[in-house]
Amino acid sequence: MRVVVDFDLCESNAVCMGIAPEVFEVRDDDLLYVLNETPGPELHERVRQAVERCPKQAIRLEED
Amino acid sequence: MPALNRAVVVGASLAGLHAAQALRRQGFDGELTLVGDEPHYPYDRPPLSKDFLAGPVDADKLRLRPAADPDALGVRWLLGRRAVGLSLSEPSGGEVLLDDGGAVGFDGLVVATGARPRALPGAPDGAAGLHVLRSLDDALRLREALDAGPSRVVVIGFGFIGAEVAATARARGLEVTVLEAAQAPLARVLDAQAGMAVADLHRGHGVDVRLGADVTGFTMHGGAVSGVELGDGTTIDAEVVVVGIGVTPNTGWLDGVAGLTLDDGLVADDTCLAAPGIVAAGDVARWPNPRFGRFMRVEQWDNAVEMGGYAGRRLLAWSRGESVEPFAPVPWFWSDQYDRKIQLAGVPGPEVAMAQGTLAEQRFVRVYHRDGVVVGALCWNRPRQAIQARDLVGREAPLGEALQVLG
Repeated sequence: MRVVVDFDLCESNAVCMGIAPEVFEVRDDDLLYVLNETPGPELHERVRQAVERCPKQAIRLEED
Repeated sequence: MPALNRAVVVGASLAGLHAAQALRRQGFDGELTLVGDEPHYPYDRPPLSKDFLAGPVDADKLRLRPAADPDALGVRWLLGRRAVGLSLSEPSGGEVLLDDGGAVGFDGLVVATGARPRALPGAPDGAAGLHVLRSLDDALRLREALDAGPSRVVVIGFGFIGAEVAATARARGLEVTVLEAAQAPLARVLDAQAGMAVADLHRGHGVDVRLGADVTGFTMHGGAVSGVELGDGTTIDAEVVVVGIGVTPNTGWLDGVAGLTLDDGLVADDTCLAAPGIVAAGDVARWPNPRFGRFMRVEQWDNAVEMGGYAGRRLLAWSRGESVEPFAPVPWFWSDQYDRKIQLAGVPGPEVAMAQGTLAEQRFVRVYHRDGVVVGALCWNRPRQAIQARDLVGREAPLGEALQVLG
């Protein structure tokens, strides 16, 4: 699984960080950083949730 | 156990779509019908008062992702059809009656019919120049009106829709007046001081904000609205008037159905079950949120996603005779106005404390608490803290911890 964020769409609502903080972090500059673009299987379920709950539909997954 | 061979979801917007998706994901392989009163496939509503209203955005861009390929979801789409009644069988199941005289039978039902804009008493409904904003068609009509460059836009109601419309119209260079009957904006959602900060934000951008305004009538010219009359005898000339005074849940089609309770929404239990085999989700649903110990009806994007998904799973659990955890979310929403991102996690509480910043700075974290326990936080341009606050509310964290984490 590869995490791809469309930064033109991303508005840093930080919902993804709330669900999968190991993968997504919004820092004090109000920008989103992807900490791990290829999260391990133990994170897949939460990353999928983060994709679903993104209010801007800005995250997508490229499955292996 | 009740057989679940036919599931019907009434309401083809965010909550209904996620309910349908959850049913399929959880292995429901029976007949699944999604009924929606709008002719469009499910689309995203938050942009309607923001980017979409601001400029030329193609309506196709608003399509909700789970509906990107409508055939892939495995549902029968009944779009442009309004549910007008419900006929229940014993002990469960029944038929949804449609406006074209048809009916759809079901064993399990998800009610996700959302809400509609509340009408302003005395407003000339249907007159040119008078607008509400809820649907894509509303937004297209309002955008066209703004494109025409009206001399002034009057927004009646300083809730989030009104505030966002005002911000977008102002960003387009239009003259804007916002009229609010209460003494502070957003009085239903925020404490008065925070509401006044929203008023200040708009005034700082040149919006004419009038609080305690008493709209008494409208002036008309050639069948179109030409102005708004106030109780103090003044008239504000405007070619575009947007009414945003809240919404009413769409429960008319359920009136008089024995076994259902309607009270500002379809009332459900703490697992969103309104009756055997009938679950409620989204803006239309009122349920006791055990986390806050009271009934809630939440008109928010994230709740529609979460509650829709929960409703789908709940219906399957009902059919399998399985128990489920109560639905106990921490509400969260955002609103974008000018260059401010306003987020509320949890609910406003009786007491407030600033974790960082000040209202005047328009960048702050304001914590709401009750007896030293965090119940909510209002964040302006502090998205990271808003999400952290949501977690703190969920854990019923003490105020001291919240001030430390969010400070």
